[in-house]
Amino acid sequence: MANKQPLIRITKNDNRPLWQAVIIRAIFIVLALVVSSAFIYSVTKLNPAQIFASMYKGAFGSARRTWITLRDAAFMLIVALALTPAFKMRFWNTGAEGQALIGGLAAGAWMIYFSGKIPTALLIVLMLVSAIAIGALWGFIPGYFKAKYETNETLFTLMMNYIAIQIVEYFVDIWDTKGSHSVGIINMESEIGWLPNLFNNQYVLIVIIALIIMIAIFVYLTFSKHGYEITVIGESVNTAKYAGINVPKVIMRTMALSGAICGIAGFVQVSGISHTVSKGIIGGRGFTSIIVAWLSKLNPFIMTVFSVFLVFLEKGATQIASDFNFNQYASSIVTGIMLLFILASEFFINYNVIFRKKEDR
Amino acid sequence: MDYANLLAWITSAVTFGTVIMLGSIGETINQKAGGLNLGTPGIMMLGGMASLTGAFLYETRAANPNAFMGVLISIVSTIVICGLAGFIYALLTVTLRANQNVTGLSLTILGTGAANFLGGSLMKLSGGVGQINVPITSRAIRASIPFLSEKLGFLSETIFKFGWFVYVTVILAITADLFLNKTSVGLNLRAVGENPATADAAGINVTRYKYLSFIAGGAIAGLGGMFYVMDYTKGTWANDSIIEALGWLAVALVIFTTWKPRNSIWGAYLFGLCYWLFLYVPSGINAVLLKLMKIDRSTYLQNLYQMIPYLVTVIVLIFVSKKKKRENQAPGALGVSYFREER
Repeated sequence: MANKQPLIRITKNDNRPLWQAVIIRAIFIVLALVVSSAFIYSVTKLNPAQIFASMYKGAFGSARRTWITLRDAAFMLIVALALTPAFKMRFWNTGAEGQALIGGLAAGAWMIYFSGKIPTALLIVLMLVSAIAIGALWGFIPGYFKAKYETNETLFTLMMNYIAIQIVEYFVDIWDTKGSHSVGIINMESEIGWLPNLFNNQYVLIVIIALIIMIAIFVYLTFSKHGYEITVIGESVNTAKYAGINVPKVIMRTMALSGAICGIAGFVQVSGISHTVSKGIIGGRGFTSIIVAWLSKLNPFIMTVFSVFLVFLEKGATQIASDFNFNQYASSIVTGIMLLFILASEFFINYNVIFRKKEDR
Repeated sequence: MDYANLLAWITSAVTFGTVIMLGSIGETINQKAGGLNLGTPGIMMLGGMASLTGAFLYETRAANPNAFMGVLISIVSTIVICGLAGFIYALLTVTLRANQNVTGLSLTILGTGAANFLGGSLMKLSGGVGQINVPITSRAIRASIPFLSEKLGFLSETIFKFGWFVYVTVILAITADLFLNKTSVGLNLRAVGENPATADAAGINVTRYKYLSFIAGGAIAGLGGMFYVMDYTKGTWANDSIIEALGWLAVALVIFTTWKPRNSIWGAYLFGLCYWLFLYVPSGINAVLLKLMKIDRSTYLQNLYQMIPYLVTVIVLIFVSKKKKRENQAPGALGVSYFREER
């Protein structure tokens, strides 16, 4: 019995064919749907088929809803793309929420103070530029300390979220005219500083912006020297140093870039989507995007799929909540369960689980 | 600031501090075993909900609900549910080798969602009238210690006036500290977080240690949520996710204490004081600041005061990493999963 093999062996499988990966993932997604509908059923006694019909209606039930789903997916995609260069370097930027929020704040500030005082086109440019600048700063600060003292970036960026939230809360109070702790829709009548409609559609431009950033990030990471440096650092910091890469510089530059793109997301949110500033405008997507980026294995194209999928879940669950009269948090449950199951599926894609065969005994 | 105000400030700070302290003891145990569990805020939300649900079912179903059983049931439900959440984290990050940050964040999304969802639904299950309420259990957990809280004059008024669970939490922090530093099991646990490969070579069962630490850490953090619900909201539920915010402060506090639970005893209360500072800032200071910043209402400043705990944490984080004192560093393998074959 000395040579008995263990009951379960695990071996790495780096080149599983795509179709197998897709099937494994699909199985886990179905499992997640079963678990979430079992949960919803246990609370509400609703027929799961009804639930999914309702979800579909919520996300794609009308042209308008479809566009809102696409809009939010585009926003999620921008944030996930922003995180990609940092993650590729194994820099855990958990601060996308704050970086986008502070960018949105900067954009909103221009709308509040300068609407009608300068040409609208110039205003939008200034909104975008300042959102990028402050988002970059918000990413650069933790990057600087990581580069200089190896300060833990996960926790640093996380704290920066809350600092951003409090700054936003402060300005919401300053800008609030009715004493209701909210800014309200900015320029509701004049729509100054709002992203323009394209093809008579409010949201086409946002989707286009997301796709442009997607291609830009793909090209940047795949074909540029910067992208190569990032990849090397992500593989091994020591190799990078040995190859003569200025690691601190790349860390700071990449984090500034990551924050800058989050800043763009914040600009898109304020100028194109919510047209207001509050601590809730990013709505936790800065965190969900972390998961989107990771599950897509930092592949910009797969990120599109995951963004749409997660927004679909969110909209769908919100619809269930309103159709069957329970609260909107159902969507977080469905999303959470789904994410945990997809995370679990990764293991079965990356590894083979081999059970002991009879003759080995 | 007068004496009454000061006492009120300290009282609020101790209440929130206790929630934060429990969260950070749990998170410290997680991190010492190498798991940066960003699910802690969600687990604390679950803890609050589990304790409330358990106590609620007991108080509405039992013929003669008594306080002792109420407290017991509410603590046990918290430990079971939050231990389970810790187990899910362990299953995903240890056995299924998922990324820790992503797993933790997913857990926070799930935990916060589930807790708030049930918070709304429990009301319906209870017949839809009014709020869910567990007066008996809540009163029992808030009860102050006889004699100590009455007969010691000034000491009773200041140090011993809180509910007994506050002191249990302090004892828990001391115990956790002694456990991590003075017991062989605790030392093994730290070895797993510092360098799992070496621990493995020394014959420590890395997988078992991680599982147990994550489960225990989850359960302890969950008690923070329980205390919030039973003490601060007096046995009711509000869908405002303050527990989650306190949970993030608990994660911050782990750094602030440089991974030493004994420091969390004063650190947590300090965070509590910071949290409530906005209500108690002397008007003189406010007046000066308002003038400097050219704004007209002191309520605006509250938002900036509420930033202080996070700002302080960032500064500590930088300071600790700059000083590079060996005993103040994060566990060596924090956030890194360990796979024996990939050494």
